[in-house]
Amino acid sequence: MKLKQLEGLLGSLDQFENPKIELEQYPTGPHIASRLLYTAENSFGDVENKVVADFGCGCGTLGLAAALLGADHVIGLDIDTESLEIASSNADDLDLDMDFVHCDIKNLKWQDRIVDTVVMNPPFGTRRKGADMDFLFVALKVASNAVYSLHKTTTRDHVKRTALRDYNAVSAEVLCELRFDVPQLYKFHKKKEVDVAVDLWRFVPKKDGEKHL
Amino acid sequence: MRLLTHNMLSSNIKGVTNGFPLLIEVEKVVEKQVDFNEDFLRNMFPKIEWKALVEASRTMGYTELPENAESSMLDSDEFLRKFHHALIELHLEEGALVCPETGRKFPVNKGIPNMLLHEDEV
Repeated sequence: MKLKQLEGLLGSLDQFENPKIELEQYPTGPHIASRLLYTAENSFGDVENKVVADFGCGCGTLGLAAALLGADHVIGLDIDTESLEIASSNADDLDLDMDFVHCDIKNLKWQDRIVDTVVMNPPFGTRRKGADMDFLFVALKVASNAVYSLHKTTTRDHVKRTALRDYNAVSAEVLCELRFDVPQLYKFHKKKEVDVAVDLWRFVPKKDGEKHL
Repeated sequence: MRLLTHNMLSSNIKGVTNGFPLLIEVEKVVEKQVDFNEDFLRNMFPKIEWKALVEASRTMGYTELPENAESSMLDSDEFLRKFHHALIELHLEEGALVCPETGRKFPVNKGIPNMLLHEDEV
């Protein structure tokens, strides 16, 4: 599938009707989502025939992009029922199979050998400090191949240091810097649309047997 | 929820040490046909907790999986098709997952298990 096709299909998905600020629900735009998954597949082979988990899946954009690129089994996890309902109907619309689990990522307890790749657009931690790092911590425990994630560019040094030193990542690499357009979703947004600089990261977790968490 | 997902989930209640596998209470099972992919099954086989899959599929009414399995069985097309069916075609649509240690139920509605914990369980 071509990048443009993928972006087009993702653009047709339903997004949050009533976004919840406490969960930092911002839709992952088709531009960013298609590039994230396209890079994961074409540069690293981390999607096709893999088991992919989408952490904090929201309306399912990243997970469905993985399914479109040939992931064999995709699981979307979110704490919010409404998001899961939208994600599930988005999957039906595209005629794709995706499993969902209603859970709080930071309390997730998972057998760590089955999921190959975790993709996520975590809450950036502007409302609740460290929310994105909680996601990353669990993602690096669950994934056996790679974790793809978005974090604010302003936190780059912190993310790198923490991933390598505290979360047992063997590598942490910024693949590119993207503009995340935050549309005026919430009342406290004064400007119509704001661009936030975000990094697209690829983390490689320690292989089984090397883990000591 | 497919049994592949069931094979990864553990009870996440604080203090529980043997939270895997979750028991299943069935209200409704649906079957969705999926394209057969041999390479995927071969790749998954060593990662699956076989006993958990056998038990779960039996609870869901599918009794064709052998009690024990080893990798040499992957040469049999018949075995692969049964494995395929149990792993990704059976869906628990309505029911519950039950913590094997505490008996706490995690409801499954519209195919989605609710693993959210109460405050005193975190």
